[in-house]
Amino acid sequence: MIDTTAGGIAALIAIMALVTLATRFGGVFLMSFVRISPRVEGFINAMASTVLIAIVVPLAFDGDLAARMALLVTAGVMLTTQKPLPAIASGVLVTALIRYIL
Amino acid sequence: MTTPDTPYQLQPAKIRAEVFHLLPISLFVVAFGAAFGLAAVQAGLTPFEAALMSAAVFAGASQFAAIDMWGPEVAVLPMMLVVFAINARHLLMGASLYPLFNRLPAKQRYGVLLVLTDANWAVAAQDYQNGRHNLEVILGGGLVLWLAWIIGTLLGAYFGGLIADPKHLGMDMVLGCFLFAMALGGKKTPRTLVAWVVGGSAAMMAYWWLPPHSHVVVGALAGGCVGYCWLEKPASS
Repeated sequence: MIDTTAGGIAALIAIMALVTLATRFGGVFLMSFVRISPRVEGFINAMASTVLIAIVVPLAFDGDLAARMALLVTAGVMLTTQKPLPAIASGVLVTALIRYIL
Repeated sequence: MTTPDTPYQLQPAKIRAEVFHLLPISLFVVAFGAAFGLAAVQAGLTPFEAALMSAAVFAGASQFAAIDMWGPEVAVLPMMLVVFAINARHLLMGASLYPLFNRLPAKQRYGVLLVLTDANWAVAAQDYQNGRHNLEVILGGGLVLWLAWIIGTLLGAYFGGLIADPKHLGMDMVLGCFLFAMALGGKKTPRTLVAWVVGGSAAMMAYWWLPPHSHVVVGALAGGCVGYCWLEKPASS
């Protein structure tokens, strides 16, 4: 336990920063010990885009109607136009609209 | 085609361009930062401490979680575990760009990694899938996101009470929509789609039944296994 005095808070922030830094550095550092075979390459490529899906899926399952519609609209606009900014903007706009109405 | 041994040259002009590329999303990050600043002050941090945390940690979800655990005393080990679990996705994000980072000199490599976060990584990963090598967005985009996060934290800490609930404006969905758009903008092969279905299902199962905050890593690793087992024909590019 650390007391949240001024010094304690500074220590807690330092600990959080170090743990987070380890995650930022760790992936690249550990990969330097791995031989990049085609299979490993397949793994990291598939993993890369799945990271995003794994973040988004619970948002859709646990979110309100507005959150789900936001993702649906974003997907629709992105797949038809291939332009991220309009896709994100329409998703957010739909969220705000639905929450305003309901 | 560049070989793994070709050194990666960070281009200053491209870094500047990427700062402006991620400026729009940074404005939303200011809003998230403000929400964090307000929460931090309400939990008893001073505005300076809140800003210090944002500058040093620069990982929103884990900072909110830590503030949740805040009290007169904070249990260090549980806090470290929560922060690690939430930020463990950085490990995978860094690993996925290893072929690029490997070509930077060590000092630059770890210097750029200091500002690795979801939004700039998502752009770099999408570019990489589409055959473009873009570490400049990690650095340039990361710096502007970092500044936005600190500025937002300070605004929220000082003027948080004045800000309308960002949820009403749909602000909480900006990052989700952004990350989803980045995923959909990448290469979509049958293999990717299967990886998404497997990874997405694994993420949901972890979300429901495994310890909190484990779902991103579990889902991503499951998706990675699909890529490991299902090899694509050698790329023609």
